[in-house]
Amino acid sequence: MKRASLVLTLAVAATLPAGTVFAQTLKTVKDRGTLSCGVTHGLPGFSAPDDKGNWTGLDVDLCRAIAAVVLNDPTKIKFVPLSAKDRFTALQSGEIDVLSRNTTWTLSRDTQLGLNFGAVNYYDGQGFMVRKSLNIDSALKLDSASACVQTGTTNEQNLADYFKANKMKYEVIAFATADETLKAYEAGRCDTFTSDVSQVYAERLKLAKPEDHIVLPEVISKEPLATVVRHGDDQWLDIIKWTHYAMVNAEELGVTQKNVDEMMKSDKPEVKRLLGTDGNLGEQLGLTKDWAVRIVKTVGNYGESFDRNVGAGSKLNIARGLNRLWNQGGIQYAPPIR
Amino acid sequence: MTVEQRKPPRNLNLRLRRALGGRAGWGGFVAQLAFVAFLAWLGYEIYSNAQANLQSQRIATGFGFMQNTAGFAVSQALIPYQESDSYTRVFVVGLLNTLLVSVIGIIFATVLGFIVGLGRLSPNWLMSRLAGGYVELIRNLPLLFQILFWYLAVLATLPAPRQSVSLFGMFFLNNRGVIVPKPIGEAGFEPFLFALLTAILGSIALGVVARRRLFATGQRLKVWPFVLGMLFGLPLVSVLIFGKPVSFEMPVLRGFNFASGSRLIPEFVALLIALSTYTAAFIAEIVRAGVLSVHKGQMEAGASLGLSRGAALRLIVVPQALRVILPPLTNQYLNLTKNSSLAVAIGYPDLVSVFAGTTLSQTGQAIEIIAITMGVYLLISLVTSAIMNFYNWRISRSLAR
Repeated sequence: MKRASLVLTLAVAATLPAGTVFAQTLKTVKDRGTLSCGVTHGLPGFSAPDDKGNWTGLDVDLCRAIAAVVLNDPTKIKFVPLSAKDRFTALQSGEIDVLSRNTTWTLSRDTQLGLNFGAVNYYDGQGFMVRKSLNIDSALKLDSASACVQTGTTNEQNLADYFKANKMKYEVIAFATADETLKAYEAGRCDTFTSDVSQVYAERLKLAKPEDHIVLPEVISKEPLATVVRHGDDQWLDIIKWTHYAMVNAEELGVTQKNVDEMMKSDKPEVKRLLGTDGNLGEQLGLTKDWAVRIVKTVGNYGESFDRNVGAGSKLNIARGLNRLWNQGGIQYAPPIR
Repeated sequence: MTVEQRKPPRNLNLRLRRALGGRAGWGGFVAQLAFVAFLAWLGYEIYSNAQANLQSQRIATGFGFMQNTAGFAVSQALIPYQESDSYTRVFVVGLLNTLLVSVIGIIFATVLGFIVGLGRLSPNWLMSRLAGGYVELIRNLPLLFQILFWYLAVLATLPAPRQSVSLFGMFFLNNRGVIVPKPIGEAGFEPFLFALLTAILGSIALGVVARRRLFATGQRLKVWPFVLGMLFGLPLVSVLIFGKPVSFEMPVLRGFNFASGSRLIPEFVALLIALSTYTAAFIAEIVRAGVLSVHKGQMEAGASLGLSRGAALRLIVVPQALRVILPPLTNQYLNLTKNSSLAVAIGYPDLVSVFAGTTLSQTGQAIEIIAITMGVYLLISLVTSAIMNFYNWRISRSLAR
């Protein structure tokens, strides 16, 4: 199935009229009336359908915010679930407008794939989950272990680097999807399940007895998870980046989903510029003056979205850590809106 | 009464026209030429479009990436492989893994398929029903589910490494696979191999001589004492002169896994079982059809000569059935090889998993990698077909004589 779709996209890429560049994504999306957004097959906290079939999550919130500013309707989105392996091809071929699927920003992906990375909406790192019964408290004690990992991710290389650097032996078994990886781990094929820490926490909840498994303290890599768009459409890239930055700036300025109407009356210059009561910054982006108001009304500010999906207000209960605002000890830092 | 044979006209021009344009003559030739030109143009257009699109989208192209360092590990490699090797080596490792599971799978599937197919024709009620039940059950379930079943079901029943099932403290079975002592070649290895090879070749030669004698004079030569003597005697002599051929490295539990010894990984075993049982169900039906296509008088003739059912099948029916069996059997071999690409579901490091999977996602060069992978499967299939067609040709020829 998956392979068929990959070959199909390749065939499409090969037969498109020469010189087709995906320059005007904004216009395309407006004409079509829906935003096509690439997400996971279901990763709780980032992008997963709930029991009523609505997609929720931190990455999904970003898609909804983009739809809100571009189409003025956060429901006009077509979510396209993609495996780690197929995600870039889907974006390259124009099947999706934006990839919001916990994707690590690396140099080779930025340069070799004809893609551009937007803003980092989650700073992550790779970690390990093991059975409590193994009685180990550190990844450095994983010598000779078998590791289950999902193929098509940055995790395979990180794993090799980490074990080599620490002169430890290991065996890696790479699966096509996250579900198969987890099943093999649960069946006892591997001593450890490894992925980005946020994902490890999310997958742990899918196990029959999550309390029998622990996440080791080591974080062995840098995984800045960002949105991705096609290379060569600067306006669209700007919109994607600034949608996230508006959410971060809103948190910094104390604008929330609840008080946004009230804040419209604020006379603080920064708030006025963000919410468009002063100046035409939204129009400079090719959007409307009230673009940031639409974002905050739809998904709240960054902090609210984080808490609701992955933080204290969610089942995952992941600490904010690196994702705190820069003035609260984290590294989420948005350029000023002015 | 003589009928004058109609001879084709000698006119070279006319013959050429017939050959190239068929009945339509030169007009047909022009149409064919135009069609070929159209195909060539289409191919060129697709290629140049893809090239232009990739360039305008700034997607990297070319095969230079094959020399780059892979940087990831593979759980089963038939040749020495480490993370610092290139993508080219990854390609070879994946290809060998695909070939390994395909070749062994084809052997198992053929043996099992013949047993089940002949079993279904057996006069024994229980046996034919069992064989029939096997065919209907296995061939009607999707292969992917069977692979996952064998993998997860088998894994779930096996113990963790520390609770391994052990045989004589040398063979171990756990959810990391089957671990056996690893043979290491010693000084006497090459002479031993040579002695064994000589013994085998000698035995075959002896068999041929005995067979010729049987056909020529009807005398049956007693060869088995010589064969046994050679097969055991020669290697034994080599061991006595040159020393022992191999020593064994025993599996030892260290950390989480067995550190030494050779290991058969569960992914391989699950894939092999699933592929061979699945394909065997189809082969069984082909064998049944082939045997039924031979007139039953042949079987009766065998019986009237005093041959047992088994001997009549083996000596009379199956050789004739083979002619019918081989072409569809080739299809099954090709299917098995191509189906082995489902390995990616259970993490067996075949060509699709390590090359069209990990390598593709690390380099992003989808078109090149998919093209290479498709080319390789095409090549494997064509070679398999060629071998089978050759075999078929030989059998048909010997039957026609």
